[in-house]
Amino acid sequence: MLEVKDLHAEVDCTPILKGVNLSVRPGEVHAIMGPNGSGKSTLAQVLAGHESFKVTGGSVAFDGKDLLTLAPEERAREGVFLAFQYPVEIPGVSNTYLLKAAVNAIRKHRNEDELDAIDFLKMFKSSMKLLDLDESLINRPVNEGFSGGEKKRNEVFQMMVLNPKLAILDEADSGLDIDAVKIVAKGVAQFRNDNNAVVIVTHYQRLLDYIEPDFVHVLYDGRIVRSGVKDLALELEEHGYDWLKNSDA
Amino acid sequence: MSFTEQHPEFLKAAGGPDWLGELRNAGIARFAELGFPTTRDEDWRFTDVSPIRQTAFTPAVPAGADVAGLLQGSGGSDWPGHHLVFVDGVFTPDQSAIGALPAGVRLGGLADILAATPELLQPHLGTGAAVNGNPFTALNTGFIRDGAAIFLGDDIDERVTVNLWYVSTGATANAVTQPRTLIVVGRNGNFTVTENYVGPGDACYLTNAVTEIILAENAVIDHTKMQLESETAYHIAAMHVHAARDSRFKSHAITTGGAITRNTIKAQLDDENIECTLNGLYLGHGRQLVDNHTCIEHAHPNCNSSEIYKGILDDKARGVFNGRIHVRQDAQKTDALQTNRALLLSDDARVNTKPELEIHADDVRCTHGATVGQLDEAGLFYLRSRGIDAETARGILTYAFACEAVTDIESQPVRDTIEQLLIGRYRQL
Repeated sequence: MLEVKDLHAEVDCTPILKGVNLSVRPGEVHAIMGPNGSGKSTLAQVLAGHESFKVTGGSVAFDGKDLLTLAPEERAREGVFLAFQYPVEIPGVSNTYLLKAAVNAIRKHRNEDELDAIDFLKMFKSSMKLLDLDESLINRPVNEGFSGGEKKRNEVFQMMVLNPKLAILDEADSGLDIDAVKIVAKGVAQFRNDNNAVVIVTHYQRLLDYIEPDFVHVLYDGRIVRSGVKDLALELEEHGYDWLKNSDA
Repeated sequence: MSFTEQHPEFLKAAGGPDWLGELRNAGIARFAELGFPTTRDEDWRFTDVSPIRQTAFTPAVPAGADVAGLLQGSGGSDWPGHHLVFVDGVFTPDQSAIGALPAGVRLGGLADILAATPELLQPHLGTGAAVNGNPFTALNTGFIRDGAAIFLGDDIDERVTVNLWYVSTGATANAVTQPRTLIVVGRNGNFTVTENYVGPGDACYLTNAVTEIILAENAVIDHTKMQLESETAYHIAAMHVHAARDSRFKSHAITTGGAITRNTIKAQLDDENIECTLNGLYLGHGRQLVDNHTCIEHAHPNCNSSEIYKGILDDKARGVFNGRIHVRQDAQKTDALQTNRALLLSDDARVNTKPELEIHADDVRCTHGATVGQLDEAGLFYLRSRGIDAETARGILTYAFACEAVTDIESQPVRDTIEQLLIGRYRQL
């Protein structure tokens, strides 16, 4: 589904990604771990098409398409979703409005009929309940005045409603208490199936206690320096990232 | 013929009581003395009115145009409340819709009330808006003839809602109307008013409006002004507010029309415990110039004022905002908040913004903030990452930016109309 090959990217002439390789198949959950500044969030944002980052080399294929030539909205319509580490507040635009606009943009791209208000409501309700989100939240402006936990759950909610092929969760658990982490995990568990894939970008192993990854990759200084199965996450947790540095040397 | 030259003939035709003749004479004399302002005047530094000065305006002659169509187009024809319609400056009862009024309420065309009960107007007309300052206010005073007059007596329980529609037909070339609006709300009154200016697409005319508003103790007014003039017209307006103890005044000034627009608002907080809100939203494109000058006089302790002005300028449009807050020495515990933000959608759009805080009391809280900028990149990327194309995302964010300035409008139907206007302009999907 996703083939990242030797991906290089920089911001303001500073190289951040220095040759990332990653292969994700349908049905898989991948975790990308790494210390602060290793390039995890950059990777997530480059895949979503953030224009502040300049791709200087390598390729990204998504379902056989060259992802790097697509605008962020085209990527979303093809089925890429990024749950933001810092969701943006948009005063004056309700969650419902944003989701309707997004769902219908995606449906239009797929030559499907636009949904009406009732279909939307049905679509929202079960996901909101699962994520323990108050129903009033969908009529509130996007992320405005949301608590940290609500923002993160709202990202997962959007993921569930938009139902992408590839969901990238950027630090979906940072700042959450353990109950909220469990809720986020519940949403991801509900979402995943044999046809989609999840990439979890995280500093800590904690979220992986609740979402079991098929593969764990360690990103360090802009490269994936180690890949393994879920035990790698536990090893990292135990030894810290310094262990990698030392074992590298 | 200049305005001064037109004046004797106007006086003869307009008639009226002596005191009004004196007021008109004082107005035109003051205007003759001041002349049109120039950019050398500090108050008009960024607003060049020479196109107005150079045009030979003639008094508008009410014409049979499609007034109903213009009202329909404004989106406000079905707003709740009484509707007073003025065609080319003249009150037009057969276009208006005035329902049953609670006892103690008097409203109608200024000329009619002047003819029937001039004593109602005499104590107020020209006292709210003195002729000594702004030349356009002096000019309007010189030509007082018609407009709206609204009186709410003391202790009327019911909320009264009135919509004023000043319609310019553009039938006379270079027509001028100088409507005068007088609103007096008695003790404990609760009044919602919209003051609307509309005109057809490409007409060239001048509206020079003056509005005087007087609030008695514990009165509440929610005032919305919608300026939807033709984009080739000129719109100069002054609103003078006098607020008494425990009263609440809210103004929402929406401007979309006019080649040159100047809104002057002066709110005089004449006693303690008054709340005053002045919000505004202006949308400019092409070569439109929109100037908002506000002034809040905090003369007594324990008053709050809050001000949010937002502008969205595209193409070569220009905006001016000047927000003066004057806190006198006695006005302790004043809480004054002023924000003004402008969004520039093109490289050629410009805004000149100036907060002007003059504070003579020491125990006060006065804050102001001004920003001028483009759309937030983070917000754009967020929306696009959800599948929304860049242009639509820009529209959504522009709409969202504007919304903050109108959320405070009391009337839901009025808010809906303005939101529809914004959606039509920025958020097409």
